[in-house]
Amino acid sequence: MSDLTKLSLSDARDGLDKGDFSAVELTQAHVQAMDSHRELNAFITEVPDLALERAKEADYNRSHGQAGALEGLPLGIKDLFCTEGILTTAASHILDGFTPPYESTVTANLKAAGAVTLGKTNLDEFAMGSSNESSYYGAAHNPWKKQGDPRNLVPGGSSGGSAAAVAAHMCLGATGTDTGGSIRQPASFCGIVGMKPTYGRCSRWGVVAFSSSLDQAGPMTRTVRDSAILLSIMAGHDPKDSTSADMPVPDFEAALSGDIKGLRIGLPAEYRPDNLNSDVAALWDKGIGWLKDAGAEVVDISLPHTKYALPTYYIVAPAEASANLARYDGVRFGLRVEGDSLDDMYAETRAVGFGAEVKRRILIGTYALSAGYYDAYYLKAQKVRQLIHQDFVTAFENVDAILTPTAPTPAFPIGENSDDLIAMYLNDVFTVPASLAGIPGISVPAGLSNEGLPLGLQLLTKRWDEETLFRVAGVLEHAAGFSGLPSDGEG
Amino acid sequence: MSLDDTTVRKIAHLARINVAETDLAPLAKELSGILDWIEQLQEVDTSAVEPMTGGTDMTLNWRKDAVTDGGHPEKVLANAPESHEGFFGVPKVIE
Repeated sequence: MSDLTKLSLSDARDGLDKGDFSAVELTQAHVQAMDSHRELNAFITEVPDLALERAKEADYNRSHGQAGALEGLPLGIKDLFCTEGILTTAASHILDGFTPPYESTVTANLKAAGAVTLGKTNLDEFAMGSSNESSYYGAAHNPWKKQGDPRNLVPGGSSGGSAAAVAAHMCLGATGTDTGGSIRQPASFCGIVGMKPTYGRCSRWGVVAFSSSLDQAGPMTRTVRDSAILLSIMAGHDPKDSTSADMPVPDFEAALSGDIKGLRIGLPAEYRPDNLNSDVAALWDKGIGWLKDAGAEVVDISLPHTKYALPTYYIVAPAEASANLARYDGVRFGLRVEGDSLDDMYAETRAVGFGAEVKRRILIGTYALSAGYYDAYYLKAQKVRQLIHQDFVTAFENVDAILTPTAPTPAFPIGENSDDLIAMYLNDVFTVPASLAGIPGISVPAGLSNEGLPLGLQLLTKRWDEETLFRVAGVLEHAAGFSGLPSDGEG
Repeated sequence: MSLDDTTVRKIAHLARINVAETDLAPLAKELSGILDWIEQLQEVDTSAVEPMTGGTDMTLNWRKDAVTDGGHPEKVLANAPESHEGFFGVPKVIE
């Protein structure tokens, strides 16, 4: 690994500012890292030529005193963000050949700040999954392996390619999207920082839609500071997304004061079931100790409707997906498979174009919204969602942040959970409640399992309080001192 | 909640996804498994609860009712599998 790919995003930014190296050199180092880690299948599309061209412009801008906040910093972009002139697949066969004539607002914000796009990262098809195995382009691999076990592990999902690319130092940071844990769970599996902002903080315009009341873009990085830097640029009001918040974006980096004295940290009893993985439980206890040592006060709390979050999610998200994915009909973009009639062409295109998990979710969603079942499923789920949200509102009357594990286990071997749908869904048991409530969350790498795999701890705060979230995350990161590099991150 | 083959065929038609006859039974089993697990929501008392209909409690912004974009038929059609003279092309629907 070259010295330049060892840098954090903030150190690379400072190095460029000081003239220690050029954006072209920095980009070249990361293009080489993409080359040498191609076995991870982290990228669906690489654009090294565009990246180097952009890096040259960045060097020019910097030498002319016109450097943006991310000028010349190479990033990975989850292949769910539409990128003008660059193939955008959502990891689905049905979007074959789709080259957007427009740019998503989040990636446009990054571009305007000078960031360099290295390529589009792998994901579960339409972001539906927790292992990256549902990608039409094949599973991305986790750069980490269990000690003494050569099997390839999943990077988590759905933003698995972004997580693998950041963990293997192929980019300084990446975008992800989180609908039920798709940023935080892969961050935990790959030993990086993954942050889901408050719903509405980032514009959803130009992001391939999965579940519109849950989808939210966020940064995936190796440090909390880098996460804060990227979010400050990604976030902001966008008239093209009516649910994007019309409020100022704080300087999140400035929130990293390192001081959490007197803050009250909640520990929800429902996140510690009797059968909780012992490594995960032990790390959570360590995390509690670190925050106490830093002067925070820990408080036992209850989020009583936690156990209903996953079944609620598996009605709300598929219902919204079934509506959002109706647009893939073989007429306007992507794949078309001819049939005996117009109707048959639609049905055949969708039969061939969607993978098994996407079809299952469309069918569940269609059923939940169909005449006679709407009240029993969809309306019921919306009401339980309200109770889950109220649990958090009540909790935050008494605490400033909540600390939990991010995922119930470390990364598992590819293929291990693919036969048991519910077992796969349970990966998101600790992340889905916050998604339903629309509150921000962050996964911070905090330690290793006894098999040598990374584990994350999750912090949650109330809506629009990302500053407290970053502040506590910074302290947690410092105390954990996680510096482990994956086996594939070297060389 | 157990789904039979007939119901799965109906939902698949509503969703416009062709499913082979031989795939109906295994699919019905998978979907029934998911719905059985979701059934636990029925034990929650929601009689006095308002549904949460979105991810935020913000009031939506008003904007001026004006055309802000458009006039790019070639861009709109650029990704279409079939187009003719500025329109999307579809299989013939009128004999």
